[in-house]
Amino acid sequence: MSDATLSHSAEHAAEPHGHAHHHPFLQHHFEDMGQQHEASTLGMWFFVAQEILFFGGIFCAYFIYREMYPAAWSAGSKLQHWQIGAVNTVVLIGSSLTMALAVWGAQGARRKFTTLMLVLTLLLGGIFVGVKAYEYAEHIHHGQFPGAMFTYVHAADPSLTRGIELFMTFYFTMTGLHALHMVIGAGLLLYFIRRAWRGDFGHEYYSPIEIMGLYWHFVDIVWIFLFPLLYLV
Amino acid sequence: MNDFPLFPEQASSVSPLVDGLYLGLVAITGVVSLLIWIVIFYFAIKYRRRPDNELAQEQEPPAALEMTWIVVPTIIFIGIFIAGAWVFFRLNRVPSNAIEVYATGRQWMWKFQHPTGQREINTLHVPVNRPIKITMASEDVIHSLWFPAFRVKMDVVPNRFRTMWFEATKTGKYHIFCAEYCGTMHSGMIGSVIVMDAVAYQRWLAGGSEGSLASQGEKLFQKYACNTCHTSVSGARGPNLAGLFGKTRPLTNGSSVVADEQYIRESILNPQAKVAAGFAPVMPTFQGQVSEDDLIRLLAYVRTLGAEQPAPVAVESPASALESRGAPAAADGRAEAQPASTTTTSGNQQ
Amino acid sequence: MTSTTIDDAPFIEPSTRERRNYLNDEYGVLSWLLTKDHKRIAVLYLFSVTVFFIVGGIFAFLMRLELLTPEGDMFTSDTYNKLFTLHGVVMIFFFLIPAIPAVMGNFILPIMLGAKDLAFPKLNLLSWYIYMIGGIFGIVVIITGGVDTGWTFYTPYSTQYSNTKVFATTLGAFITGFSSILTGLNFLVTIHRMRAPGLTWYRLPLFVWSMYGTSVIIMLATPVLAITLVMLMVERVLQVGIFDPALGGDPVLYQHMFWFYSHPAVYIMVLPAMAVISECVAAFTRKRVFGYKFVAFSSLAIAFLSFLVWAHHLFVAGISVYSAMIFSFLSMLVAVPSAIKVFNWTATMYKASVSWQTPMLYVMGFIGLFTIGGVTGLFLAALGVDVHVHDSYFVVAHFHYVMVGGTIMAYMAGIHYWWPKITGRMYSEWWGRLSALLVFVGFNLTFFPQFLVGYVGMPRRYHAYAPEFQVLNVLSTAGATVLAAGYLLPMLYLAWSLKFGRKAGTNPWGAAGLEWATTSPPPKENFHETPVVTWDAYDYPAFLKAMRETQNV
Repeated sequence: MSDATLSHSAEHAAEPHGHAHHHPFLQHHFEDMGQQHEASTLGMWFFVAQEILFFGGIFCAYFIYREMYPAAWSAGSKLQHWQIGAVNTVVLIGSSLTMALAVWGAQGARRKFTTLMLVLTLLLGGIFVGVKAYEYAEHIHHGQFPGAMFTYVHAADPSLTRGIELFMTFYFTMTGLHALHMVIGAGLLLYFIRRAWRGDFGHEYYSPIEIMGLYWHFVDIVWIFLFPLLYLV
Repeated sequence: MNDFPLFPEQASSVSPLVDGLYLGLVAITGVVSLLIWIVIFYFAIKYRRRPDNELAQEQEPPAALEMTWIVVPTIIFIGIFIAGAWVFFRLNRVPSNAIEVYATGRQWMWKFQHPTGQREINTLHVPVNRPIKITMASEDVIHSLWFPAFRVKMDVVPNRFRTMWFEATKTGKYHIFCAEYCGTMHSGMIGSVIVMDAVAYQRWLAGGSEGSLASQGEKLFQKYACNTCHTSVSGARGPNLAGLFGKTRPLTNGSSVVADEQYIRESILNPQAKVAAGFAPVMPTFQGQVSEDDLIRLLAYVRTLGAEQPAPVAVESPASALESRGAPAAADGRAEAQPASTTTTSGNQQ
Repeated sequence: MTSTTIDDAPFIEPSTRERRNYLNDEYGVLSWLLTKDHKRIAVLYLFSVTVFFIVGGIFAFLMRLELLTPEGDMFTSDTYNKLFTLHGVVMIFFFLIPAIPAVMGNFILPIMLGAKDLAFPKLNLLSWYIYMIGGIFGIVVIITGGVDTGWTFYTPYSTQYSNTKVFATTLGAFITGFSSILTGLNFLVTIHRMRAPGLTWYRLPLFVWSMYGTSVIIMLATPVLAITLVMLMVERVLQVGIFDPALGGDPVLYQHMFWFYSHPAVYIMVLPAMAVISECVAAFTRKRVFGYKFVAFSSLAIAFLSFLVWAHHLFVAGISVYSAMIFSFLSMLVAVPSAIKVFNWTATMYKASVSWQTPMLYVMGFIGLFTIGGVTGLFLAALGVDVHVHDSYFVVAHFHYVMVGGTIMAYMAGIHYWWPKITGRMYSEWWGRLSALLVFVGFNLTFFPQFLVGYVGMPRRYHAYAPEFQVLNVLSTAGATVLAAGYLLPMLYLAWSLKFGRKAGTNPWGAAGLEWATTSPPPKENFHETPVVTWDAYDYPAFLKAMRETQNV
């Protein structure tokens, strides 16, 4: 046993993984690119797990109040323009596609293609946030922003107004948090566009783009849940 | 020098149960903890490091031990659970012959209303050996009504009714505390419950009141014009409330609901939530117009409407009244000197 | 092989190349503030949590002074309410939750795994900065007038009625939450992906298993607190009714969501303590922890069950009798894995080589106090008793036995145990033992009377109280004085040891574990060569043999 130990450790020390062979983006505390890739991907999955719990909490509250105020919830969702929401959904799914293509491009060291796809993703994400901002402006204009600015009164049944305000609170909180994630994602995209253009990514090193993709898809999926819950029910 | 009790007074029918469970737990856990400490100290001394045992002897204790201390504690814990749940059930089963008292918590006082119309602040007079059911509401934040001597406590949450009950078994004066932190004067939201024998209680009830709670509620029923719709006339816009309370009611959406305190409350404040079958949702909300105290009066009135024979509010002297200790305790006497002053007139503050 | 003393034989003083260590590798303030070295980040955390511990302790001491007399005669009610709120917020969010994971986990975990660093060193530094930003919010709140909602921020008081700095406080707690999330994520990935060759799961020290459980809870529970606090802040700022019943909300939903995090958070605080205790028990009995797999899996069982018991905080909040019963039952079950640990630690001492050095004294104190904390938890889980003692001083005593008697005792044990590794110096054993004794005596004197006064009927968070509670409160305050002395002493003699302490060798305790296979303090990369693990955790003979051989290479 001990002999095996010794020989193994001696062998280990003698292994030709000196610094000369290291990939430029291999961080010093990882043994090799494989370990680094696995670690960063796993980290992103854990991050997504905690994000699910984060959004899960407010989804849970949303459902409880929907149960309590079904009429107000249905009246509230009619304040949304589902057509705009549908367009935004398509835009976002498109951005997921370009993001997935960017990952494919990075894996194959296609520098220009990757950069282009990242730019497209950023563009589509920007359109989404812009449309969202327009919707917000409309709601605020019509006095549908909860709190002191809430002047909206439900014409058919004024007693629903308070429940609608609660619905709009959820609407703004949930879409606001989602939009915040989009904005953070856009910031990350800018950074990766620069790196992709510089040619940092290739067969051995593409995990940053891959985990960026995981994040982006996750944010899209959140929207896929938000859209029917806030616009269609 | 203050006397300092190490154990609270047992003054309710459930106190011995709770205390029995508590002391049983103290005994079991005390013995187990003591054993653990003794063993630790024994091992620490017996196997203390000496030149001849610089390294421990690698000698694993039998593995069956492991299963033993998984299974045995689990069984004990489940036993504790069963005992606790049993007592809890007893605490939650309200006797049907309870006297209905109402409590309102607000920053930072307790207001009590008796079925006979007496109102008190931070003082509650109850008869001994009679179950008392308290229906509670809060006007602002969450409070919690605690009678340590009775071992009962219940959070008072705004916008809904909560109930608790107790049956005092000893005359005397005991603490009322607010147990849920409620702001600046939380520690001042305290009071006393005065347990009196039946005779003294009757005498106290005879003190001034503005008519029974239900009759006050009836006045409000007219004041808020409830009676214009909720009548027995056929074709009335609202359901007739006679015989309603405690019954199961069909709703327009096909489900049904038991017309309890919570339902009455909701129907006044948020009438659209559960509309009785056969009626249009035309009732306006009274949210923000009816104070908690008035809600309680209305509830008391609706409750009497629902009873088979109206308003058994007078407390008949139980046979045991004469047997219970003669004169009220000194504490009772003092408190009794001022029922009129603790009986206040206004519950309206909005 | 048991004949020689193991302190001197195999452990040779470091050679010249080992003189360089993580402390003297670089100099200057920036080399600390921009470090990505997990050991330096751990030291940064050590300083920060100590500051918050002192701040929280001062609040506690002021409360105890106020409670000397039944009349609220020292502070106004508002001040007192702010004191207990800030005490809770500071101690829980800024001390107890980060203390063991961020200080000892950060320092020791990668070394135990034979890794050069955590998986994401930059993220680790970011965690510290996020923690400090949250902490600055806390400090600003303290300076600008405080907050009076209680650390639980119950609605609607917190959203509609309190006129103190609720928003800034919850924002601080929210931000700090992300610091723990990132730390937990870092630990999980590190444990999964960064283990040294040969270090299989069942060879991991129990510290790692417990940290794993802790990280899972942090990852899955903290985001729920975060979103709950977001909703609370939205409600407070916009004055809408998410949780305010007057505006259509449900305040009990807030309690459900809050405790869905905050009950697991108890285990975020306690599991790391169990991690430290497992290490110290093994080290100071020089013996493999009895029932290794049972102790390891009990950590995961606790992590799992901790998510299923939250509503036991709501037994008198009006949940239905049947859901109360379910949660009571589950709460009983969560006690089982904790009991398993206590029994196994005790059994480890059987035929062991028990040292009476300072960390072991803390360990024995921990087992004693944690046992009381644990069994009184059964009282609270038993429905019939909980109705009476809920929100009374009984609860206060219970969770202080768990949090202070458990977590802080373990924290002290860990600090003393790893101090030679962190600083390369030995502290004074005599003073160490004295402080352990003071802490134990002071703690019991402070908190045991609170069990009694709670059952008699004293509600918690009371500024003024009924006169018959005074004697027990005076005892409690007296105990707090002793306890304070017990906590202040280590700050002095540990600081003293930095300059005057005897130099610690590689393995001053003769313990088994990878952290004792590298020099004290460790070099920047933790090991001069990546270690290869051939021994099970705490297998003393195998560990010593391997060490002797590598020394001879």
